Amino acid sequence: MSILSTRKAEKIDSLAEGGTSLAMDALRRTFRSPVAILGLVIVGLFVILAIISPFIAPKDPYRPYPELKAELTPSNIPGPMPGFLLGSDQNGYDFFSRLLVGAQQTLFVGVFATLIGVAVGMIIGGLAGAFGGWVDSVLMRLTDIMLSIPSLLLAISIAALLPGSQWTVIIAVAMIGVPVFARLLRGAMIAQRSSDHVLAATALGVKRKTIVFRHMLPNSIGPVIVQATLTLATAIIDAAALSFLGLGDSDWRRAEWGLMLGNAQELLSVKPSLAFFPAIAIIIVALGFTLLGESMRESLDPKNRR
Amino acid sequence: MALLDVRDLSVVFKRKGTRPFTAVDGVSFSVEPGQTVGLVGESGSGKSVTSLAIMGLLPKRGAEIGGSVTFSDTELLTLSDKQLRDRRGRDLGMVFQDPLSSLNPVITIGLQITEVLERHRGMTRKEARVEAAELLDRVGLPDPQRRIDEYPHQLSGGMRQRVLIAIALACRPKLLIADEPTTALDVTIQAQILSLLSELVSETDTALIMITHDLGVVAGLCDDVNVMYGGRIVERAQRHDLFERSRHPYTHGLLQSIPRLNAPRGEPLTPIRGSVSDNIEWEQGCAFAPRCPNATDVCWSEPPELKADDGRMLRCHNPVAIGDAVTEGAL
Repeated sequence: MSILSTRKAEKIDSLAEGGTSLAMDALRRTFRSPVAILGLVIVGLFVILAIISPFIAPKDPYRPYPELKAELTPSNIPGPMPGFLLGSDQNGYDFFSRLLVGAQQTLFVGVFATLIGVAVGMIIGGLAGAFGGWVDSVLMRLTDIMLSIPSLLLAISIAALLPGSQWTVIIAVAMIGVPVFARLLRGAMIAQRSSDHVLAATALGVKRKTIVFRHMLPNSIGPVIVQATLTLATAIIDAAALSFLGLGDSDWRRAEWGLMLGNAQELLSVKPSLAFFPAIAIIIVALGFTLLGESMRESLDPKNRR
Repeated sequence: MALLDVRDLSVVFKRKGTRPFTAVDGVSFSVEPGQTVGLVGESGSGKSVTSLAIMGLLPKRGAEIGGSVTFSDTELLTLSDKQLRDRRGRDLGMVFQDPLSSLNPVITIGLQITEVLERHRGMTRKEARVEAAELLDRVGLPDPQRRIDEYPHQLSGGMRQRVLIAIALACRPKLLIADEPTTALDVTIQAQILSLLSELVSETDTALIMITHDLGVVAGLCDDVNVMYGGRIVERAQRHDLFERSRHPYTHGLLQSIPRLNAPRGEPLTPIRGSVSDNIEWEQGCAFAPRCPNATDVCWSEPPELKADDGRMLRCHNPVAIGDAVTEGAL
């Protein structure tokens, strides 16, 4: 036990003295910049809110309240009143609670859309980068086709083809990211394929599979991670856009910012805050992810190493 | 029976739209078990391409390889990719020039050694780890038990090269190819690495092909030396013969361009004129003729053959006269 802990301590010492890894170094440089810290704070608060919102929401976001419904007419939606901070929405639900819980749904859509995009993109890019040759050509022409369609148009086409549900939105938005991730990973893998350490591993007779998964992939994944952070921001916006266009979730009751914004568009003259607050929330969160992603990208760029 | 027999090896790089480029042109040499053979030449002389061709590491498309490479009775050039992978690392090892970029930066050096041991010697992860620590100890890495869990960037250049040597020798290959293993290192470390290499190969009776542009390295290490120019071997001799009586004007020039400690003060070095040209033509004459002080008309019109001469192999119409040698006490 004591031997183990000494060894661990030694290891920490040597880490402290013997330079830092690229990732640690980049992380440190990232959080020296105030922009990055702002991004991290926004993202952090958003994630915390998404996790705890069901517990701190003052009212049930999925149930109409009689006291709100009593005053609800087509031309009048109740504003703030005791117990209901932001008043009612168009269906007599507590708007404030829905706004809070909306963080969770929005994060859910954003994260899963990005994860699926990363996963599919990495499979395509990984295959192309690992095999090269005609596999590469076919897969890359495929991503070229996807890239040639404007991203929102692509998402709209996919969403229009599938039945309206939350997963439709997620898949449609994920497809926007797929060609980007595929390209990124493929490029990085190709650079790795001609690198010295891959040549050295080949000269040692290491199996192809091991070379791809142990030597090429881990060295290629950095740009993909950064891009994923940036994509989270656009994924949230794209999901909102789909909902706004009525191509999203068919369940109008779900508390999700994009959906709330979309449903509020006819009521702008009646109660503008129904559109205003979800829109502001989306903008702030997207900004947070973008700031964080951009500063990560900058600090991982070897040209900026100090 | 030689361990490695290279016969008439040629490598031609072909690309659409450009003229084919002959990087290696009819190179033949052999390596006996336990012997150390040097391949010497400037950049662009084809020495690295020769080694990559032996290892089967040249890209399949774009490089046309001719001749034969026989390694203990097996023809390497016709082996399938999989058969070659089974041999590389086990029978043939290789150490590259740049020790930092030749190690994978994201995994520990321990894993990079055990990977080879597991692959070729069928060891379990645990056995391989013990063996890896022993190997690191043997190549003189201080505190191997701790270093084994470190990443390449935590080691100095010399230590990294030691690690690469440990990896290359992990499966006790019969032949090790060292491609300029000391070029990226400090001079003091160079000497250490070279003596380590020579110690290890003589200990394990491993044959070594030393690829270098540094005649000092050759002087300290090699039994036989092949001097390459423009993709062909221009002179082959035993180490002592080569250094005492270099006959080819190119070898002669290389030796004269080395600074000597016992040279008279202020004596200028004699560099070889010009530089290696990209399209070296052996078809019409001697490729070295444009840079050769001894060149005569015959050198421009008739390509010289590699012929036995004075106990060595020589490809020259006008070799340096025997009495005219440079190098007493040169190195």
